[in-house]
Amino acid sequence: MTKSLRLAALLTPVTVWLVLFSLIPLGVMAAYSFQGNSTGAVDGVFTLANYQKFFSNSAFQSVLWRSVLIALATAAFSVVLAYPLAYFLAFQAGKSGMILLTLLIAPAWTSELLRILAWKIMLGSNGTLNYLLTWLGWIAPDTVLIRFGPAAVIVTLVYTWIPFAALPIYASLGRIEKSLLEASADLGENPLRSFLRVTLPLSLSGVMASFFYVFVPSLGEWVTPAMVGGTTGIMFGNLIQDQFARALNWPLGAAFSLVMLLAALALTLLMTRVIPLTDLLEAG
Amino acid sequence: MKLKRISASGVNLVYFWISAFLLYLPILLLIIFSFNDSTLLVFPLKGFTLKWYSQLAGANELLRSLSHSLLVGLGSSLVSTLLGALGALALTRFDFKGKNAFLSLAAVPMIIPYVVLGVAMMILFKAIGIPLTLWTVGIGHVVINIPYNVLIISARLAGFDKSLEEAAMDLGADYLQTVLRVYLPIAMPALLASFLSSFVTSFNEFALAFFLTGRENTLQMYVYSQLRFPSRLPIVITLAAITMVATILVMLLSEWLRQLGQTGEAKGEPENA
Repeated sequence: MTKSLRLAALLTPVTVWLVLFSLIPLGVMAAYSFQGNSTGAVDGVFTLANYQKFFSNSAFQSVLWRSVLIALATAAFSVVLAYPLAYFLAFQAGKSGMILLTLLIAPAWTSELLRILAWKIMLGSNGTLNYLLTWLGWIAPDTVLIRFGPAAVIVTLVYTWIPFAALPIYASLGRIEKSLLEASADLGENPLRSFLRVTLPLSLSGVMASFFYVFVPSLGEWVTPAMVGGTTGIMFGNLIQDQFARALNWPLGAAFSLVMLLAALALTLLMTRVIPLTDLLEAG
Repeated sequence: MKLKRISASGVNLVYFWISAFLLYLPILLLIIFSFNDSTLLVFPLKGFTLKWYSQLAGANELLRSLSHSLLVGLGSSLVSTLLGALGALALTRFDFKGKNAFLSLAAVPMIIPYVVLGVAMMILFKAIGIPLTLWTVGIGHVVINIPYNVLIISARLAGFDKSLEEAAMDLGADYLQTVLRVYLPIAMPALLASFLSSFVTSFNEFALAFFLTGRENTLQMYVYSQLRFPSRLPIVITLAAITMVATILVMLLSEWLRQLGQTGEAKGEPENA
């Protein structure tokens, strides 16, 4: 078997699978979004009506905008909260760093639906959190700490993403040469300045990768807002899901999907201009 | 100065453990409610009971969905691990034109929101007349697991010397034998880690499965369908408690294997080089 044949044998299965079950579906979806017939029967008529619906309805746009804001807030909080964890694991936990990292990540692998359900039980006016804080006398009986809405969505999403946000940062911190930090200390920099001028800049690629990892899936969230978003925390993913599950207007849903796809792709391209894709992949 | 550093790491230590506690708290809460003698998932607790656990045995629909999830998990993880291994071998053992294109393709499922991927696959299946079944869920789960499997297995293979392959070929092994007798044992920890993490992902996945499930529910789909009936929630939560603990145990095992896989002796620490 020649080298090129071997290579072909190795590459073909993955390529075929991904082309068949992700690229072609996305293409068909794109074509579908230009269909007029909302029952889904392909009538071969090309129309921009679905996009006109999106661009003429400010409610749709504001939901998309809200999704972007929720995803941005989620990514920012996740990265900020995950950074000290990654720093601790990389520099201060010593030999047990790997074990502790695993400990941190393990709960994130459990069912997303069930964790969100747990948060639903915790948040809201009848929630465990409210009960506990009232019982402790920290909040007045009739106040609600976090109502179902955008804030509850962000809290739940940040909870979901912190462990994953810690990973790329941890990896980038691990790549910093210890001698650089020693040199900085030898030159009389105090730990804080050392951190700000050496460690932080060198871990910036990890920070950006981590931001990206949280932002993209958060933008496409629909399960979390469906469960803890109430009426004010609905995200764009819910609009899409709704078109397929309830409203049964598939072409409109496909158009919404394409809008989200383009948003996610644009952000990815922007991100890969800052960090090459290979680095982004390796950081995970 | 020394003192300051110690206190800084002390703060971080406390922060770490508080965070870890908070990450496990929701899971702990579900476990607590699974022993609570009430259909309402609110505090104060009503008393200890094992009745939800005993009712679990008779919850046929729930158990059927559990077996569906196990089936889909096993099948899709086997396929995605195999595909990932082939892709990883190509990436780490060959220099070829279009390597970046291949990497980008492999990363596609990572950068596309599941709702978009799910909707797209559902439209395709509908368009060509493939009914939604456990098979379609499995196909979707293979797609989302491929990027991670390629990464995990590449990380293991990248650490090993090309001369191993040459040595095997020099000794008269053909390529298939070389792959099976040289790379398979080398990659084994990473293959197991890939398989386990894919299985766990598939077993717990909902956002994509929602669009690809037909009449036969996966466990997550069943849980979702039961959310409307509060009286059935305790049994669901009981199974949730069990699967969450099992998931954590499997993940600890998988991480351990993955790390075992990455500290291969041939990797060579940069400091020692």
